[in-house]
Amino acid sequence: MADNPVLELLLRRLEAADGGLDSAELATQLGVEHQVVVGAVKSLQALGEVIEAELRSTKCWELTTEGEEIAREGSHEARVFRSIPLEGLVQSELMRLPSGKVGFSKAMSNKWIRVDKNTADGPRVFQVVDSIEDEVQRRLQLVQAGQAEKLAEKERNELRKRKLLTEVTLKTYWVSKGKAFSTSISKQEAELSPEMISSGSWRDRPFKPYNFSARGVLPDSGHLHPLLKVRSQFRQIFLEMGFTEMPTDNFIESSFWNFDALFQPQQHPARDQHDTFFLKDPAEALQLPMDYVQRVKRTHSQGGYGSQGYKYTWKLEEARKNVLRTHTTAASARTLYCLAQKKPFTPAKYFSIDRVFRNETLDATHLAEFHQIEGVIADRGLTLGYLLGVLREFFTKLGITQLRFKPAYNPYTEPSMEVFSYHQGLKKWVEVGNSGVFRPEMLLPMGLPENVSVIAWGLSLERPTMIKYGINNIRELVGHKVNLQMVYDSPVCRLDTEPRSPQTQEAA
Amino acid sequence: MPTVSVKRDLLFQALGRTYTDEEFDELCFEFGLELDEITSEKQIISKEQGNVKAEGASDVVLYKVDVPANRYDLLCLEGLARGLQVFKERIKAPVYKRVMPKGEIQKLIITEETAKVRPFAVAAVLRNIKFTKDRYDSFIELQEKLHQNICRKRALVAIGTHDLDTLSGPFTFTAKRPSDIKFKPLNKTKEYTACELMNIYKTDNHLKHYLHIIENKPLYPVIYDSNGVVLSMPPIINGNHSKITVNTRNIFIECTGTDFTKAKIVLDIIVTMFSEYCENQFTVEAAEVVSPNGKSSTFPELAYRKEMVRADLINKKVGIRESPANLAKLLTRMCLKSEVIGDGNQIEVEIPPTRADVIHACDIVEDAAIAYGYNNIQMTLPKTYTIANQFPLNKLTELLRLDMAAAGFTEALTFALCSQEDIADKLGLDISETKAVHISNPKTAEFQVARTTLLPGLLKTIAANRKMPLPLKLFEISDIVVKDSSKDVGAKNYRHLCAVYYNKNPGFEIIHGLLDRIMQLLDVPPSEEKGGYVIKASTGSAFFPGRCAEIFARGQSIGKLGVLHPDVITKFELTMPCSSLEINIEPFL
Repeated sequence: MADNPVLELLLRRLEAADGGLDSAELATQLGVEHQVVVGAVKSLQALGEVIEAELRSTKCWELTTEGEEIAREGSHEARVFRSIPLEGLVQSELMRLPSGKVGFSKAMSNKWIRVDKNTADGPRVFQVVDSIEDEVQRRLQLVQAGQAEKLAEKERNELRKRKLLTEVTLKTYWVSKGKAFSTSISKQEAELSPEMISSGSWRDRPFKPYNFSARGVLPDSGHLHPLLKVRSQFRQIFLEMGFTEMPTDNFIESSFWNFDALFQPQQHPARDQHDTFFLKDPAEALQLPMDYVQRVKRTHSQGGYGSQGYKYTWKLEEARKNVLRTHTTAASARTLYCLAQKKPFTPAKYFSIDRVFRNETLDATHLAEFHQIEGVIADRGLTLGYLLGVLREFFTKLGITQLRFKPAYNPYTEPSMEVFSYHQGLKKWVEVGNSGVFRPEMLLPMGLPENVSVIAWGLSLERPTMIKYGINNIRELVGHKVNLQMVYDSPVCRLDTEPRSPQTQEAA
Repeated sequence: MPTVSVKRDLLFQALGRTYTDEEFDELCFEFGLELDEITSEKQIISKEQGNVKAEGASDVVLYKVDVPANRYDLLCLEGLARGLQVFKERIKAPVYKRVMPKGEIQKLIITEETAKVRPFAVAAVLRNIKFTKDRYDSFIELQEKLHQNICRKRALVAIGTHDLDTLSGPFTFTAKRPSDIKFKPLNKTKEYTACELMNIYKTDNHLKHYLHIIENKPLYPVIYDSNGVVLSMPPIINGNHSKITVNTRNIFIECTGTDFTKAKIVLDIIVTMFSEYCENQFTVEAAEVVSPNGKSSTFPELAYRKEMVRADLINKKVGIRESPANLAKLLTRMCLKSEVIGDGNQIEVEIPPTRADVIHACDIVEDAAIAYGYNNIQMTLPKTYTIANQFPLNKLTELLRLDMAAAGFTEALTFALCSQEDIADKLGLDISETKAVHISNPKTAEFQVARTTLLPGLLKTIAANRKMPLPLKLFEISDIVVKDSSKDVGAKNYRHLCAVYYNKNPGFEIIHGLLDRIMQLLDVPPSEEKGGYVIKASTGSAFFPGRCAEIFARGQSIGKLGVLHPDVITKFELTMPCSSLEINIEPFL
């Protein structure tokens, strides 16, 4: 099928050859230009490992244009000799012949001709010998036949001086069989073209194989942030489980909603300057739901709703102090308060994922702001067993199935449970979340019916993300010092599949 | 969460058996404690100060146990061991008794001068106690733990313990001008006035944290005995005269403070924990405290409170089905002595003075659940049927984020808190023009204000990623905060979308194109009409003159776009031209 006969011949010869063959020799043998053979070699090379071609450079002799003419038509002196008839030729006439001038003196020195100056019409030239041997032509023909080595050094130099020969460097290929040698190859197309499709020629064309071990060209694209990819997945999980998203777009919160409403006493360490960001401007909340505030005040200071209370002097000015919310539970309290105002009570499931702020000492796993994930269920007759069941389902969706629960303390939940999961990498149980049943002292002042329980749990968004994406320093993930290359390279987030690499990082 | 450090072998001795570390860890977990660290004094010193300093330090194994913040009864070895022994039903919870002394009762008289600085005081006596070095250390350590936790670093309550045999009552708790108080404080060899002491302790690493509690008061609290010997100057320091030692047999304990309830709890905890070592175990000698109004009260209270809880309530709240008798047994294991009474469904629960954390039936329910074992409770799914809804603003945000990335922009996540400089000076604004919310107690300038624009965060992100190939195309959709007196807290979040293009050319057309694309996505046509959007030449301190436009959509101004001013670029440590866009997306809800 080869449309290049030389290419096919080359392959045939190579098949028969012992070891390999030289491109220049082949050109000679085939009687074609060396360049044609070189072209064939190059197109075979492009096919991969059909042949091996080693580039060699050799010096060789080549005829000049004049040399070629002589090899074809004889030397000037020979041509002069042959142009003289028996009766001789007038010298002036002979000199007008193309080879006249050069041939005359050479033929004279070869003693092939003589000049008779005594003839009537001027000097006349006559042959001296019957026949001549055109040695120059013979030698040039030898060179032409690639047998320059048969000439003596002196003879070649003489021809070179006469500008009939030049020495050239010849680049040839030593061609041998490649690993994928075959005589039945043909030229392959690089790519499918619209013309091939319209003409249908693709049916008959072989195509050059692709190098599948090379890397592709990455598309130009935008990228989502890994932490927010994980946030999307958590939203998805909550939505799958029928939880409604709470509004959390209020970073500024009054101490009332952030602490007091949650039955967190005013002397609680979390309300310390060292833990919470307070505001200078606006320093205080302008409005509080005063009826509800009174119930909260009474519960803290005197008890009620079956509680002993904390028995201390509750101060409104403490409750008015604005803070950057320290947990999303502040938003949950607002949502539950709204739920309590709707009569009759309807069960609800809520979730939120948003930023919270802590005036903490910063390190590789702690920032002053981070994201909290929170789930809340309000219904009649919820038990601790239900909380365990919901946690199991929730964590299963995160790919965490080995769970156990530790009693814990939270000011606003009772019972409270820390959620631990067995970490395969660390070979130990690590805390993955916190949970509990909201205290009646928090719910009843809101106006929720007495038989309604609210179960809730929370975890940080950063920790599972760091584990998921194998990030050890939170600053590489969150904030302006983010490593954008990491953002570009991060895979999609599927929480229920194993993380890429086992983590060695401590529980935050 | 407070961490209590106890000697392992002493603890095991008190528990009457040994445990492997794993077994003890397991026991802690079940009970709601956490075995945080296994170490030794030597290891601790070596870690903090190096091996050389650690030489000669004790090799005795220490368990560091994390205790829930409301369980003051577990803050010392005595309490931990007692709690675990009762939990494992190896002992019954002790009954703590207050007794009257054979002779005269110790009196603490409060004068009215204390009212403005530290109005409350309670007191008790531990009679015929037998200390050892370990017991003594534990006694001191418990006071320290109480001071750090329930006492809120001595602000609410301060404890003073004294060798009663060196003193003679009645005692007077009064308040005096600092210059009028003079005594030899604990571990000093000479007398100082209160003013001098406050100066000396300014450089004391331990005591300097408490000075602020009384520093600016005209009168300092002080307790004297009948001979004028200073017992203590709460909440700073005790007198050296009544210092207790390993050999002390009779201890006078006073707790003074600003929170009466907590002072009573603290006193109850100390005496219940250490009356174990008194000749008459778990017996505490009463002391009388006389208020300025002449009213006399006896302490410690050591009150036992009875609560009635229905068994079915516990079962219903936990999700178990235990008989009332079993539930009573479970509660008894948590030091809440319980018995079934009445109709056989009622459980009478006795709350001992050690369990001040039990203030509601839900606390009793929790203890029943802990004793039952959280991990033994049957997991069930609530039948709560609900339809989920997304918060509309977040739903819009999620949709836009995806399309912003599809438009070739990469999402950044920057801090909501920043410096005043970031939102004002660097953008060519005065801070007063920003309506920013200011933080009163930032530890560093990074947390001075809540951001009023997303732009600084994105520019800082670029500055931190200058090694990345150009162009950089970033966006963020997140909240900014501004003061707003129409909101209950006086501030409001707005959801902003910000995008920047950073390259060798300003690329205004790219940012403009992005705006067109965003509007296309939001189904807002380019039009001067009310439903459409349009951009109009404008000015802005952050923008290069003539390269700024205001964006109007749905009949209102929603933001600006343009080429950033070279000064802005320089101030954010950038070197290339940059164009940006920032809009409020809330009008598109």
